[in-house]
Amino acid sequence: MAYEIVVLTNMAIAVLFALSLNVITGFCGQVSLGHAAFLGIGAYTSAMLSKEGVPLIITFIPAMGMAALIGLIVGVASLRVRHDFLAITTMGVVFLFTGIVRKQEILGGEIGIAGIPAPDFGRVGLFATSLLCVLAYLLLTIWIRRSWTGFAFDSIAEDEDTARLLGINVPKFKLFAFVVGTAGAGLAGALYAHQVRFIGPDSFGFVESISVLAMVIVGGIGSIWGVILAAAFLSALPQFFQVIDDYKLLVYGLLLFGAMRFAPEGIDGLLKKIVRRRAVK
Amino acid sequence: MTVIRDINFGLEEGGTLALVGSNGAGKTTLLMSLAGHIIPKSGQVRLNGVDLVDKGPETRCGLGVGLVPEGRRVFPDLSVFENLVVGGYSRPSNNQSGSMARVFEVFPRLFDRKNQVAGSLSGGEQQMLAFGRAIMSNPNLLLVDELSLGLMPSVVDECYKALEKLVKKGIAVILVDQNSDAATNFCSSTLILETGDQVWLGESSALSEESTH
Ligand SMILES: Nc1ncnc2c1ncn2[C@@H]1O[C@H](COP(=O)(O)OP(=O)(O)OP(=O)(O)O)[C@@H](O)[C@H]1O
Ligand SMILES: [Mg+2]
Repeated sequence: MAYEIVVLTNMAIAVLFALSLNVITGFCGQVSLGHAAFLGIGAYTSAMLSKEGVPLIITFIPAMGMAALIGLIVGVASLRVRHDFLAITTMGVVFLFTGIVRKQEILGGEIGIAGIPAPDFGRVGLFATSLLCVLAYLLLTIWIRRSWTGFAFDSIAEDEDTARLLGINVPKFKLFAFVVGTAGAGLAGALYAHQVRFIGPDSFGFVESISVLAMVIVGGIGSIWGVILAAAFLSALPQFFQVIDDYKLLVYGLLLFGAMRFAPEGIDGLLKKIVRRRAVK
Repeated sequence: MTVIRDINFGLEEGGTLALVGSNGAGKTTLLMSLAGHIIPKSGQVRLNGVDLVDKGPETRCGLGVGLVPEGRRVFPDLSVFENLVVGGYSRPSNNQSGSMARVFEVFPRLFDRKNQVAGSLSGGEQQMLAFGRAIMSNPNLLLVDELSLGLMPSVVDECYKALEKLVKKGIAVILVDQNSDAATNFCSSTLILETGDQVWLGESSALSEESTH
């Protein structure tokens, strides 16, 4: 039972993390190769505070706030770059994050932060909390998708220049996507820190950024349900097959390549194709 | 690099101007600098007395500049309805349904295809959608680039009829069409560009007399 709860909690956190990247990359079309940095910012913020005795639930707010603040700064800095250059800029963010954290005594340096207190409500409670967080963020995401903002995101993802010519304030929407997305990652980080109860700079590096991008792309860029499915499945895999854990970068890299080459619309696109074929028959 | 220079013209409410010139003359460049996508090194662009030069495209759209871009550039994965919603973004949301009703009145065919994704529309329907999307922002000035490019004659006629309705409502139009006869026949005045220079500006009727002499 205890083991299943751990696996399920990890899945929920991965789903939340992937949904948060989906807002930036899926909805708004801004590829980020550094999303794990914001998971890390949330995790470190929450861990430090709860070691000082602040209850976990309360740490959610500064964890999200800190991630969103840095997210906003990165967003402003990336407004001028697009496509490949955006990918490189965001990749820089994750290296910068791990680089800085490694050198900070108060953040535990190379070793990281150990002995993060277990939440009062126990493992099942943490799972329930994670599930609630996923649900809340999911509803927010669905609401954004269906609102005007969702259409504006779509238009920016498809053709930024035309969107501007139609009166859409592109920078404003990009920053909004960055803030919502990085805040979600911060929340996932807070949960993650209390799930594993030990965090270090290596938990939030380039590999983790690639893994979460793989979840979004395999799920189908922008598709909420596809991303949930892919995140749940891909996060559970390494827990059952040790090999995958050892070759994470290779496995996720191959997945990314395979998805882009053979199924650019991800699971969502594949399912829709199958349904359509059935319907034709 | 300078692509267009020394261009000077004005347009009244409901006025129509055809931009004529060979490929590469700078027609798209001129329209794009009116829409704000290209920032001119020097010069002025004024609309109803407001200087637009230092304003970005999104602001100009709000001030009344609408654009039907070359190649239509509808958002292929969005539905007809969603494309129109995006087009009306610069207007308050409570005006949306009214603007959309107006678009459907001009292009009933778009109404029938409201929920179809734009990428699966025919070229003509996409052009109508591009028109509709521009109208959604309730422009005073509509910039139309390459109206008839790749369209069947019947669809071209339909687009010109729709344009006529808009002009009657008082919208000023600047029109580029590879079929320059169609453009000059439609527009009361004509501006001829040659490799970025304005070589002729006047009444379209005077133009046809000149060429027959
Ligand atoms: N960004 C750019 N950088 C350099 N040259 C450009 C740029 N944009 C346009 N040009 C050049 O400016 C000239 C005018 O281009 P423009 O697209 O305005 O022509 P056009 O009159 O619309 O032609 P067409 O009828 O083919 O659409 C062309 O020679 C083009 O190559
Ligand atoms: Mg052109």
